[in-house]
Formats: sequence, structure tokens, C-alpha cells
Amino acid sequence: MEKTNKVFPGKLVIGFLLSIVMTVLAAWIALGTDFSKSVIMWMIGALAIFQAGVQLIMFMHINEGKSGMINTINIVYSVFIAAVIVAGSIWILTTGHAAH
Amino acid sequence: MSVDQILVTGDPLILASQIAILLTIIGAVVGITYFKKWRYLWEEWLTTVDHKKIGIMYILAGVAMFFRGGVDGLMMKAQTSRPNMEFLDAQHYDEVFTTHGIVMILFMAMPMLIGIMNVVLPLQIGARDVAFPKLNALSFWTFFVAAMLFNISFVIGGSPDAGWTSYFPLAGKEFTPGVGNNYYAIALQIAGIGTLATGINFIVTILKMRAPGMTLMKMPMFTWTSLVTSILIVAAFPILTVALAFMTMDRLFGAHFFTVAAGGDPMLWLNLFWLWGHPEVYIVVLPAFGMFSEVIATFSRKNLYGYKTMVASIVGIAFLSMLVWVHHFYTMGNSAAVNSVFSITTMMIAIPTGVKIFNWLFTMRKGRIKFTTSMLWSLAFIPCFTIGGVTGVMLAMAAADYQYHNTMFLVAHFHYVLIPGVVFAVFAGLYYWWPKMFGFTLNEKIGKWHFWLFVIGFNLTFMPMFFVGLDGMSRRMYTYSEGLGWEGWLGFSAAGSLIMAAGFAALCYNIYWSFRFASRDVGSDPWDARTLEWATASPVQHYNFAVVPKVDSLDPFWKMKKKGTFKLKKQDIKEIHMPSNSAIPILMGIAFGIVGFFLVFEWFTLAAIWSLGIIACLVANSFDYDDGYHVSAEEVEETERKWRGDL
Ligand code: HEM
Ligand SMILES: [Cu+2]
Repeated sequence: MEKTNKVFPGKLVIGFLLSIVMTVLAAWIALGTDFSKSVIMWMIGALAIFQAGVQLIMFMHINEGKSGMINTINIVYSVFIAAVIVAGSIWILTTGHAAH
Repeated sequence: MSVDQILVTGDPLILASQIAILLTIIGAVVGITYFKKWRYLWEEWLTTVDHKKIGIMYILAGVAMFFRGGVDGLMMKAQTSRPNMEFLDAQHYDEVFTTHGIVMILFMAMPMLIGIMNVVLPLQIGARDVAFPKLNALSFWTFFVAAMLFNISFVIGGSPDAGWTSYFPLAGKEFTPGVGNNYYAIALQIAGIGTLATGINFIVTILKMRAPGMTLMKMPMFTWTSLVTSILIVAAFPILTVALAFMTMDRLFGAHFFTVAAGGDPMLWLNLFWLWGHPEVYIVVLPAFGMFSEVIATFSRKNLYGYKTMVASIVGIAFLSMLVWVHHFYTMGNSAAVNSVFSITTMMIAIPTGVKIFNWLFTMRKGRIKFTTSMLWSLAFIPCFTIGGVTGVMLAMAAADYQYHNTMFLVAHFHYVLIPGVVFAVFAGLYYWWPKMFGFTLNEKIGKWHFWLFVIGFNLTFMPMFFVGLDGMSRRMYTYSEGLGWEGWLGFSAAGSLIMAAGFAALCYNIYWSFRFASRDVGSDPWDARTLEWATASPVQHYNFAVVPKVDSLDPFWKMKKKGTFKLKKQDIKEIHMPSNSAIPILMGIAFGIVGFFLVFEWFTLAAIWSLGIIACLVANSFDYDDGYHVSAEEVEETERKWRGDL
């Protein structure tokens, strides 16, 4: 623990800068460009996911330490389940005969 | 509301049940008071946090629920045994199949399996208890209270009657105005919370509390299946929680999640229900696979064939089981792409399952098989379950399913999966682990009666249902006219269900007989078994292991016996730290039950007041600084000396 305090926290700084860049980029895309609404949503959505990833790795250290492996599996699995539930439900309920 | 609006009146069957329930309660209270057992009951059982006792209570409740669900099943079989039968009317039949389905899956299969997991799992990994013993007790009490709440519905207020799937719009307030379906929404919610807690508890227990040296790939197969089951619980049960919360808001507060009008979507309910419902069937069947693996390895006197492929296939099944839910509603009108994808994922599940079947067969190959009762259940499981699986692949083909959907063929299929996959497994597990729980084995001779009656009865009951289904009999059909050619099949089937009931009676008699007469001198390892739960006394001391065993391979106890290293040295015995009993779980469970009851009747003020009880329990728990007690080394030594010769 003591050692990490003295070393320059490069990882944290990079994470911090990346987060700021992505946030500003998102704000600029939303406010300063005239892409169509859906393109904007897709772009800032993608930036949000990248940023979540950066924060998990740089700040939350999910892939480090004794339980790094378990944490990573956990996150990947949760994302997988959420994607299946949300994307699956939308796909099923919007493409059926009943939806038309 | 007046009393006669609350109590269900006017049906002689229900009146008889009301009287029977009243007499049973009075009998129990008088009996316990007369024998002065209240204190014993409170201190040893109701407030216990011991995983073995909690497991036994789960099993006991599960057996009672099996009886209830079984009687429902028999009533339905009686009603359809002859054309134009007038035993149950349409409404009553609806209520009976609804409660039968829910009771069997949520209040029989789940507690039976979680009960056996509770008893066996910590022992198999060499732990002293589960990770969160008090939470474990809370899980039990929420389950138990929910089961009781659900079970009083038929005498107080009326049973749910929209099927165990409770599809909207039928299950909505508009078409089912009574309180029956509120029972469904609320009782399942309470039970679901407890199950979710169990899932988390077991995951942590398995990941963090294994004996030194037991790596993941050295865990017994039952532990593996329990781990994967728990992960599935944590993945799937929140979906049920959300779906039921939506249902509750629709029914109690006039929301429109699933209604036809005002922008609701009834199909969203189907979608969410099966997103939980399909993983749920694997949640009940995976632990069963684990039990068969243990039983088959022990009685073939060989190690489990293909351990690694077995693990891989369990994980594969769990993964795929989240991806197949649409096969329950191919006929809803999905796009061709949706139905095709889900047909394929569904058929893919047959692959890992097939792998497991072959692994069991190869485990037995060239083994010196001992035909004990629990081995017989495992043997009967294989062909019966295969029939269930093969008919499942038939149903998986979306185009063909338009013919099979909601027919008796389907009902026969899932009983061929659930009864061998859950009930046979639970029976195998009970015969196998009974001595661990109680210190004596169940009688093998009565066990064989139980086995043959039940297996023959089961096949006679459900085999004909495939054929009437193919012949056009739809599911949930309470009556039919003469001359359809079904009479013979259904008469047969009804007779079969009586044979099955006789099998269950044999089990009850066996339990009674063995408690009274069975030899208590069976030692701690009556089956010459392989895993750690047999490396301690039977019945197990409250602290499980005097010294936590060290593990360096699969089947550690077998190795210890072969190498003669199963020894206890006096100087290794240390003081043991154990958790204290607590009244909070049971009190909190009761508070949940009371709040639930008031919510069912939509008496919101009372519900709000009583929910303070739940909060009070949470607060009390936060200020509970009791962190357990210590068993002295002398006491451990004395207990150990009683059962092992080498101290
Ligand atoms: C003990 C012997 C059993 C008998 C005699 C029996 C009989 C029946 C019958 C006659 C039906 C209704 C068929 C219909 O008219 O649609 C049914 C439905 C059902 N059974 Fe069983 N069953 C038994 C055991 C089980 C077990 C062990 C389970 C689960 C673990 C189970 C789960 C279900 C479910 C989920 C339904 C569907 C309920 C609904 O339609 O909503 N049954 N059973
Ligand atoms: Cu399914």
C-alpha cells in the first residue's frame, strides 16, 4: 500500500484525462454538431460505454489483485445478461406480427 | 369486507379442508404445549442458524408441499379420468392446476434442492457453515412464510386461477378481479427474495470457504452444480422480481405495464416470465444432476468419468439456458428470425446434456455397481429423463411446436423432465444423505417398494398423456365428451397416479419406520463414499469438522481411506468459533408474511404499519454485536471421542 502512494499515479492520470476527453467530446457532439438525433444518441452512447470501461480498469482496478479474474468475469457476465435481456426483449417484442 | 367475503365458503371440499387445517393447528399447538416442547422448538430449530438444521426444515417443508401439490395432481387426474366427470367444475380445476404448478416448482422443488444443498454443500467443501448463516435463516423463513401465504389462498380469499404462468391480460385486474392473483404476485415475490439471498450466500460460500487445497477443479460435482445453480439464481431471479413488481403495480395500483389498454403490453409479461422461467427449470435440474453424479460414482465404486467435460457441460447448459426462453411462446406471433434463432439455441442444449448422460453411463461401465435404493433412482432417471429430453427436442422445432403447443403432449414432456430430473434426484439424495442428517439409513426394503411403485406409477400416469396430446387434447382442459378415444388413455393415467401416490405413501411409511426401528449403528460412512461430507460424524456435530481437512485431489475422503490418513491428532484440535442463534430471521419472515397478507387484500394502511416491523428487524440486526461463541477444545475432543476410535 505504502509503495503505491509514492509512485507517480500514471494510470490514474491517464484515466482521468481520457474521461475528460470523452466527456467533452460527448458534450460537443450533442451541442456543437448537427448530426441527426439518432446518430448523436449512438455516438454518446458508445462514448459512455468506453468511459465506463476506462473507469473500471483505471480507477476500480477490476483486473488487478487476487480476485481480478473473478471481477472481470463478473462484469462481462453481467453485461452479457443485461444485453440479452434488454436487446432480446426489444427484438422479440418489436419484430413480431403483433407489433405491426 | 365481512368475514364471509374473506373466507371461501360454499364448497364442501374446501369446508373440509378448512376444518382439517383448523384441527391440525389446534392439534399441533396442544401437542407442543403438552409435551413442553416450545422452548426446545424455539432454541433448537426456529432460531437456528445451523445450515444442517435449516436444510432439514427446508426438506420437511418440501415434503409437505409435495403432498399438497400431489393431492392437487390426483384431483386433476380424478376429474379427467372419465368423460363428463363432475368432480371439479371449471373454476375449481383452474385453481387446482395453478396452485399445483406453483407449489410443485417454487415450494416443492426449490426447497427440496436448496435444503439438500444446505445440508451437504458446506460439508462437501469442508466448511463450518455457509458464509452468511443468519441470512441463510432469513432465506428459509421468507420461503416458508411465502409458502404458507400462498397455501392459505384457497381457504381465505380464493386461489389464483390464471395458471402457474399467469399470462396477461387474463391475470390482470380486469379479467381476474378477486384477490387470488394478488396471492400469486405477493407470495412469489417474498419467496423470490429469499431465493436470491440463498444464491448469493452459496456463491460466496463456495468461492471463499473451501478447505485448503480444494481448487475449483477439485470440487465435488454436486458443489459445482450448486455453484452454477446459484449463479443462475442471481442472474434470473431479479427478472422475476421486476416482473412481479410490475404485476403488483398493475393489479394493486392501477398501473398499465401489461394491460391491453393504455399502452401496456401483455406480451411483455410472457417475455419476462420466461426470461426467468426457463433458467428456473435449469435451476431445479442442475443440482439434481450433481446429486446423481455423486450417487452414481459412489455406488459404481469408481471416480466420475470425464470430470472436466462434466464441468464444461454444466457451464455450457447454464450459459445456453439464458438464451432459449422464446421456445415457450413460439406461437405468440414472433418473426421468423426470432423463432429460428431460439429453435437452434434450444436444440443446442441437448448437446451438453447428452454429454452428461454419456458420462454417467461411462462412470458405471465396468464398475461394481451396488443396487441400493438411491442408485436405483439414479438408474431409473437416465431412461426417463431421456424421454423427456427427446420430446423436448421435438418441441424445440418452432414449426412443429405449432402442433404440440399447449397440448397434453407438452404436459407429459415437462413432467418427464421434472419428475425424473427433480423428484427422482431428491429421492436419491434423501436415501443417500439421510444417514448424514439423522444417523441412520432409511429402510432399503421399504425403499424398493417406494421406488418400484413410484417409477411404474409415474410412467403409467404420464406416458398416456403423450398420446392424448398428439390426439388433440389440449392442456388445462377440465372435461371432454365421450367418443374422442381418450377415455382409455386417461383412465389408465388416473390409475397410474394412484400407484404413484402409493409410492409416496411408502416413502412416508419408510421415514416413520426408520425413525422408530432402524439400526443406529451404521457408522459415519455407510456407503463407503468418496467426498468430504462423509469424513465426519453422522449425524454431523454442530461444528461439522473438528479439524478442517486438507485436500489435494478429487474424491479426498476416498484417498484418505486408501492411504490411511483419515486420522485426528489430539494436538490439532483447537477452539472453534461458531455463529450464535438469532430470532431476527424468523421475526422478519413473519413480518414479511403479515405485510404480504395485507397487500393481498389491498389494506394498505395496515400493510404500511406492519412493514415497520421489517424495518425494525433490519435496525435491530444492525445493532446486533453478537459475533458468535467458542466451542472449547476439550468439548470438541469429547464429542469426537464418541464417534471415532482413534483419539
Ligand atoms: C406427483 C405427481 C404429479 C401429478 C399426478 C401431476 C399431474 C398434473 C396434471 C394433471 C396437470 C395439469 C394438466 C392440465 O390439465 O393442463 C399438471 C400440471 C403441471 N404440473 Fe404436475 N403432476 C405431478 C407432479 C409435478 C411435479 C413434480 C412438478 C414440478 C416439479 C409439476 C409441475 C406442473 C406444472 C408446472 C404444471 C402446469 C400448471 C399449469 O398449467 O399452470 N407436476 N400436473
Ligand atoms: Cu424452457
